[in-house]
Amino acid sequence: MNRVVLEQKVLSENDRIAGELRERFQKHGVLCLNLISSPGAGKTSILERTLEGRAPGDRVAVLTGDIQTDNDAARLARFGFPVRQITTGGTCHLDARMVERALADWRLEDLDLLLIENVGNLVCPASYDLGEAAKIVMLSVAEGEDKPLKYPSIFFKSALMLLNKIDLLPHVPFDIAKARANANQVHPQIEMIEISCTTGQGLDLWYRWLNNRGNKHCRFGNSSPL
Amino acid sequence: MHELGIANSVLEAVRVELGRHPGASPVRVAVRVGVLAAIDPQALAFSFQALTAGTEWESVLLDIQTLPRLHHCPACGITFRVIEYGFACSGCGESRTRCVGGDELELAYLELEEA
Repeated sequence: MNRVVLEQKVLSENDRIAGELRERFQKHGVLCLNLISSPGAGKTSILERTLEGRAPGDRVAVLTGDIQTDNDAARLARFGFPVRQITTGGTCHLDARMVERALADWRLEDLDLLLIENVGNLVCPASYDLGEAAKIVMLSVAEGEDKPLKYPSIFFKSALMLLNKIDLLPHVPFDIAKARANANQVHPQIEMIEISCTTGQGLDLWYRWLNNRGNKHCRFGNSSPL
Repeated sequence: MHELGIANSVLEAVRVELGRHPGASPVRVAVRVGVLAAIDPQALAFSFQALTAGTEWESVLLDIQTLPRLHHCPACGITFRVIEYGFACSGCGESRTRCVGGDELELAYLELEEA
């Protein structure tokens, strides 16, 4: 019997492509963010609010992933920025190859910000690097405050947690302090912003976070995903 | 949920490695999965079995080694295993420690029967 030591990542092919994408984003000064949540937490809504808040001519683009339909792309296209749907056809996450293909005919030198909306899922997207500068996890108060403990991987790997739908707090038993404590337990350094895409509360903090991150990105280049 | 894709990537890597050992057949492949990798070992084992069933690789064993979450303490320099969510240094109590292990998803080795 012959034992061959392999010592390679299982997803080494994905990581290789993600590494190439990260280099390209860095070279062209594109801040790429990977937005992840369970279905219905409000990923498309925060993207709508984000695009709405940008000046015409801002160099922003969106890739949006879904298993089926291009409904999200249609919702987002009305703001006049480039939007492209990635339909995974059953796959529960985006991978680097899908992003590479979707970007094939876009000129990265014309972009400052690329927002990627992952497939609604808190598990699988955690494993796939897309070349992003940071992952952002979104949790809505219509869910359980124990989500960070149930899905520690994605909360650990995300730089920022957006707590959405806070306008619903008077009507749901969600304990926001507990949610924050749970997220901190999994990832002590995670940043948190409370928002409501419906009322607009907290969006100014989100816009500021984006601007700061964009400025830092221009000065220092990309950080590694972890 | 995506363990099927992971199992497929494992088989792909085995296929590539076999190309370097003409005539050999795979007996066992070992992977290391950290607790932060978002991989369910049971689902991975099931997916691997489902993919190899009825093929020439039906008898290949998948060995899954689970790795703990490790933190490093900048104050006293030790690396310790995190149990539950106890991030404070088990040596000196320092609270700001850094994660240095637990998100592995790696191929460890492949055992081959040479022809």
